[in-house]
Amino acid sequence: MLLDDPATEILVCCGAGGVGKTTSAAALGLRAAERGRRVCVLTIDPARRLASSLGLGELDNNPRPVDGARGRLDAMMLDMKRTFDEVVEAHANPDKAQQILTNPFYVALSSSFAGTQEYMAMEKLGQLHAESARTSRWDLIVVDTPPSRSALDFLDAPERLSSLLDGRFLKLLTAPARGPARFLSAGLGLLTSTVTKVLGAHVLSDVQTFVSAFDTLFGGFRQRAERTYALLQARGTAFVVVASPERDALREAAYFVERLSHDQMPLAGLVVNRVSQPRASSLSAEEALAAAARLDRGDPAQSSVAALLHLHADRMRLQAREARLQRRFAAAHPNVRTVAVPALPSDVHDLDGLRQVGELLADCS
Amino acid sequence: MSSRSKPGHRGAQLHIVTGKGGTGKTTLAGALALAVACTGKRVLLCEVEGRQGIAALFDVAALSYQEHPVAVTPHGGEVFALAIDAEAALKEYLEMYYRLGRAGRALDRFGVVDFATTIAPGLRDVLLTGKVYEAARRRRLDGGPAYEAIVLDAPPTGRIARFLNVNAEVAGLARVGPIRAQADAIMALLRSPRTSVHLVTVLEEMPVQETLDAITELRRADLPVGRVLVNLVRSSPLARADRAGPGMGQLDVGAVEELLHKSGVDATPQLAEKLLAEGFDHVERLELQADQRAVLARTKRPVTELPFLADGIDLGALHDLAETLTASGLT
Repeated sequence: MLLDDPATEILVCCGAGGVGKTTSAAALGLRAAERGRRVCVLTIDPARRLASSLGLGELDNNPRPVDGARGRLDAMMLDMKRTFDEVVEAHANPDKAQQILTNPFYVALSSSFAGTQEYMAMEKLGQLHAESARTSRWDLIVVDTPPSRSALDFLDAPERLSSLLDGRFLKLLTAPARGPARFLSAGLGLLTSTVTKVLGAHVLSDVQTFVSAFDTLFGGFRQRAERTYALLQARGTAFVVVASPERDALREAAYFVERLSHDQMPLAGLVVNRVSQPRASSLSAEEALAAAARLDRGDPAQSSVAALLHLHADRMRLQAREARLQRRFAAAHPNVRTVAVPALPSDVHDLDGLRQVGELLADCS
Repeated sequence: MSSRSKPGHRGAQLHIVTGKGGTGKTTLAGALALAVACTGKRVLLCEVEGRQGIAALFDVAALSYQEHPVAVTPHGGEVFALAIDAEAALKEYLEMYYRLGRAGRALDRFGVVDFATTIAPGLRDVLLTGKVYEAARRRRLDGGPAYEAIVLDAPPTGRIARFLNVNAEVAGLARVGPIRAQADAIMALLRSPRTSVHLVTVLEEMPVQETLDAITELRRADLPVGRVLVNLVRSSPLARADRAGPGMGQLDVGAVEELLHKSGVDATPQLAEKLLAEGFDHVERLELQADQRAVLARTKRPVTELPFLADGIDLGALHDLAETLTASGLT
């Protein structure tokens, strides 16, 4: 199995929001740890009770051992601002770091603007992987990905960062800070005056200060971004696409699968969470409804059994609909291995629940 | 209809619909647009995440950066739809406000458009909200509002406060100038009584928790919280007494098996046991849902429940949901 294979070093769970991505990541991590791997789970935004069951109450942006898990399981929740700050602090001298950290443009970029989370999730993955290579602290890292608006923003993060660094606009902005006015062509004059007109002069100067202070960091950023991207394509990485048996979630899953294959990212398979699985599957919806109609609604016991039959018919129909959606997905993506995890009656928020999900994931594979 | 929804001369009503992924946010945004249109209004339904969810919902071709009619309703109402694209919005914006012919092309040539829309991620949100603002303020030639209502299929709950508040961030960065003025005007619209942010959830722990978190964040940012829309509520065939347990509790496997036989099912004790177990699973779910309902009630926001539709969503189903929304007084 994938989890037991020592060649698997990184497992990335991706999928639309609300399909149980974090739960799947945590369940896979726990199962791997209890089967002898040394595991670190990086979560982005876990539900509160799941977070507390993983001991993620403390937000110090470092992996912590999970109490109650057998074997080696560490977990952490991404703090994107902190991760960004740490990169700055690690790669700039103290004066320059201070200059960057207090720049209003940096503050906005690192704490509140969308997209930073994706950059930082990949940055953290790179850091964790480097640490495990150095210290052998872990041999498997399980990553939960941010609930991005466009499905695979995290894949684009390294490239976006590179294009930020290569961007002519930023090069031009930094040019005046580098001194001679020889870059000041007519076009640039027009550009800066336009930007000044639109943004206000002082935004431009804030951006320029930010960019020139950041300049020394750019090279390092870019190298790491490229390394992370390569890491994602490497043999030791496996992607698990997570979905629920609904039209929209499966459509997103199809997009992920296609995008991963386009980017030559190694896809391990599709997990379909919360699949309806009626227990009394031998009784069809039609039979159940016909039987219910023959019972006397006036009699309490008969009425209760009729209700049970209606309930069962609803479940059978839902199951049929979900099966239809999954068949369509399979027809369009015949080579994607699919694991269906039955719906549990209650939410998963403790280690026992995660263990149960882990077993279901393993049973079906 | 509340007094707020009178088509005054101050621009459109703005309904912002957010929700955790998988709760049916786009579906309910579409249903709300239909519900408002059914009162005879011209409604613009916008999406901002490039997912083409509206096109799929109304079964039309992929939307472009142009407003297309997607539904006509009785009483002269109409729903137009628009997929807002940050890059197109920026070019349009520069064209409209600065009449940048040559300079606009220079911006493009130096990669500013690229920079603004893909690399500086927050600027995307500025442009997306800016376009919504423009549509809300737009006039027809006769001076009336171009749209009487706008429904925005907004980013998910985890991002909503940040998304709507981005202009306050910008106002902090640009202390003067036209961008500052624009940012202030957008924030004024978003914080005005004409705007409501509705939160879509389902009766499960995590989406409900996210809804509470989002309400807190929205309130902190001074953004007007509208309704909580509880989606995908399954009607239960179990009678009220059964939900509490005693009705089902009185049934044992033998009794169920006997009654199944009576109803013409070729039942075994195993089948009876499994059906009974399905019933208990269901009761457990209902109890969890009741807990989550109680949690939502504590937000003190009006709550509207919408049914789970087993046959999926088509235009007819969308109209059913729209009726429920209308009946709850949302339009």
